[in-house]
Amino acid sequence: MARIVLKNLRKSFGSVDVIKGVDLAIEDGEFTVFVGPSGCGKSTLLRMIAGLEDISSGSLEIDGTVVNEVQPKDRGVAMVFQTYAIFPHMTVRENVAFGLTIAKTPKAEKEAKVAEAARILQMEHLLDRRPSQLSGGQRQRVAIGRAIVRDPKVFLFDEPLSNLDAALRMNMRMEIGKLHQQLSATMIYVTHDQVEAMTLADKIVVLKDGQVMQIGTPMELYHEPVNIFVAGFLGAPSMNFLTVDVGEVSGDSATVRAGALEPIAVPTRGRDIRAGGTATLGVRPQYLGPVDAGQTGMLHGKVDLTERLGSETVVEMTLRDGAKLIAAFAEDRIFTPGQGVDLNFDPARAHLFAEAPPDPTAH
Amino acid sequence: MPMPSGSKLTQSNAAGWAFALPGFALMVLFIIVPFVFAIVLSFTNQRLVSPNPTEFVGWSNYQQLLGVGMLTLEPEKDASGAIIRDADGQPTYPRVRTYTRNNPDYPGLKGMRELTSWQSGQNRTYILASDVVFLRAIINTFIFVLVVAPVQGGLALGLALLINQKLRGINIYRAIYFMPVVVSIVVVSLLWRFIYDGNSGLLNNMLGALSFGAFKPVNWLGNPHTALGAIIAMSIWQAVGFHMVIWLSGLQTISPTLYEAAAIEGSTKWQTFRYVTWPGLRNTAVLVLIVITMQAFALFAQIDVMTKGGPLDSTQTIVFQAVQRGYGKQDISGGSAISVILFLIVLTISLVQRYLTREKT
Repeated sequence: MARIVLKNLRKSFGSVDVIKGVDLAIEDGEFTVFVGPSGCGKSTLLRMIAGLEDISSGSLEIDGTVVNEVQPKDRGVAMVFQTYAIFPHMTVRENVAFGLTIAKTPKAEKEAKVAEAARILQMEHLLDRRPSQLSGGQRQRVAIGRAIVRDPKVFLFDEPLSNLDAALRMNMRMEIGKLHQQLSATMIYVTHDQVEAMTLADKIVVLKDGQVMQIGTPMELYHEPVNIFVAGFLGAPSMNFLTVDVGEVSGDSATVRAGALEPIAVPTRGRDIRAGGTATLGVRPQYLGPVDAGQTGMLHGKVDLTERLGSETVVEMTLRDGAKLIAAFAEDRIFTPGQGVDLNFDPARAHLFAEAPPDPTAH
Repeated sequence: MPMPSGSKLTQSNAAGWAFALPGFALMVLFIIVPFVFAIVLSFTNQRLVSPNPTEFVGWSNYQQLLGVGMLTLEPEKDASGAIIRDADGQPTYPRVRTYTRNNPDYPGLKGMRELTSWQSGQNRTYILASDVVFLRAIINTFIFVLVVAPVQGGLALGLALLINQKLRGINIYRAIYFMPVVVSIVVVSLLWRFIYDGNSGLLNNMLGALSFGAFKPVNWLGNPHTALGAIIAMSIWQAVGFHMVIWLSGLQTISPTLYEAAAIEGSTKWQTFRYVTWPGLRNTAVLVLIVITMQAFALFAQIDVMTKGGPLDSTQTIVFQAVQRGYGKQDISGGSAISVILFLIVLTISLVQRYLTREKT
């Protein structure tokens, strides 16, 4: 059980700054997810907390003690790696007991703890096997078991599900969620998968280029993204961004328009949107709805491609002014390519950003 | 009839044989033929150059090489039954040669000479050998292997662990440790003859300087007690870099994540070595052990350049004997027999090592 505080944490490799000043407080028992595209520094940040990477500057506190210079083993952390890092020449039992073996824990206590971990992870029947006889999901269970037996203050997960196939990943994701409820331990989890982040986290930290973009609960981040990056990173398919001309700005709302967009008043949420300039309008595909035949909507375009998923229909469209757009309708609908479609959306669920939209090829 | 699979090229036997033939012929000529020759000749009396026809002699070459006997002698007694003692008060024994030369009561000991002897109570036991020099060579070779294999392997592992670090200029150390491997063993042996020189050799001078002159110079290669040790030390130094590189390649196959996991679990340096490094080096260890053992059994160049088997046969080795017999004394059949014996020894040891280091499931 532990509270972790990062104060202006920085890391450089030579002249390259990888972590550019992170401030963060993780409460006791909280499940925190670091999420971001590859190369954003999320794994490095986790490894700094683990003690596997030196901290260039700033301070890292666990339970009120600065642990910048403390050895990994003395920080009270346990870590689960993407590649499992289980010892190939040991049985599952020996692997799970590894931390206890090297700490010279009495045999009876060791066996009791291994049995308890095996029970929690439902792998009693695997204890005498060797890692080579296990599937990927089972190996990851062993790695988690090795973390559990040590009763750490903090669990660290470094992309633990990335090497698993899709079905198994969903299973293990749920198991990790249950594990957190059972142990109610502080957990920090690194992933590039937004679904894992959204489903597991009490608190999500979105990182980009070594900087924190936004910290908040999954729903805060989803509904109130502070910038285009966060808005575009969370949610699938990602949020649509349209460059719009800003007309009149009055109080907390601005009227915007574009070639394929009728003038519409959208809340500015206190952002610096100026009349006469351009801005970026963000609308999630799920919040776009088709307009019944004969009526006109706010957005005009035609269908390029339809993906029918049964419960959802994803439509790729080209708007009248050439902009691309994706809409996701909540029911199974049939569109033919080239068909003209008008769309409506609730302006309260749209976002206006002062920045230019991200380059779609840059991800 | 099943459909043939594969391309026309792989099905065409004639073309395949034609491609394989040159390599195959060379292997037959230089590996299989000499191997068969060695075995066949070891059962004959073939000499390098001889006017006499070659005759088949059965096992006699092997008997001559490996024949050993034991003889226990009682002290000589005078007419009253009292033990006759020499001037120092030691009991005297009959001369061994009275049993090994023209003694019809002991046909098995014919022509043998004393290898070693020890006292047991009043009696004295002699180990006799028909070829004392060859048995000396076998013993020396085994001593060499038993010392070189663990020491060179261990030292190489130590060096590999030291240079397997991310330090500035670590490649310089790698190069330095590897350098002796690149130099011919003959050149190395020549250089070390100067180092081991009894009068003004580097080693004597250094030991003298370090002990402020208290150390008395030793003729390292000229003293039967130090010659083999000196050659062992030099041989270990010369090839340690090679095995260091093999260990290093083994070390670098171990996933760094395993070390990180061990570090987080609180493993000490020694525990990390024991639980992560050493198990990860198992296959490398088997390879290094077998390679060192085989190389050590083939000990020849150092002996030929530095001591020629002397002094007093203290550095005789099996391969040196094989060459000396075969070409020095023109006794090709004797040399062949020695080669076959060496082959059997190395084969046995390799099989035993493979069995002992097998993967246990």
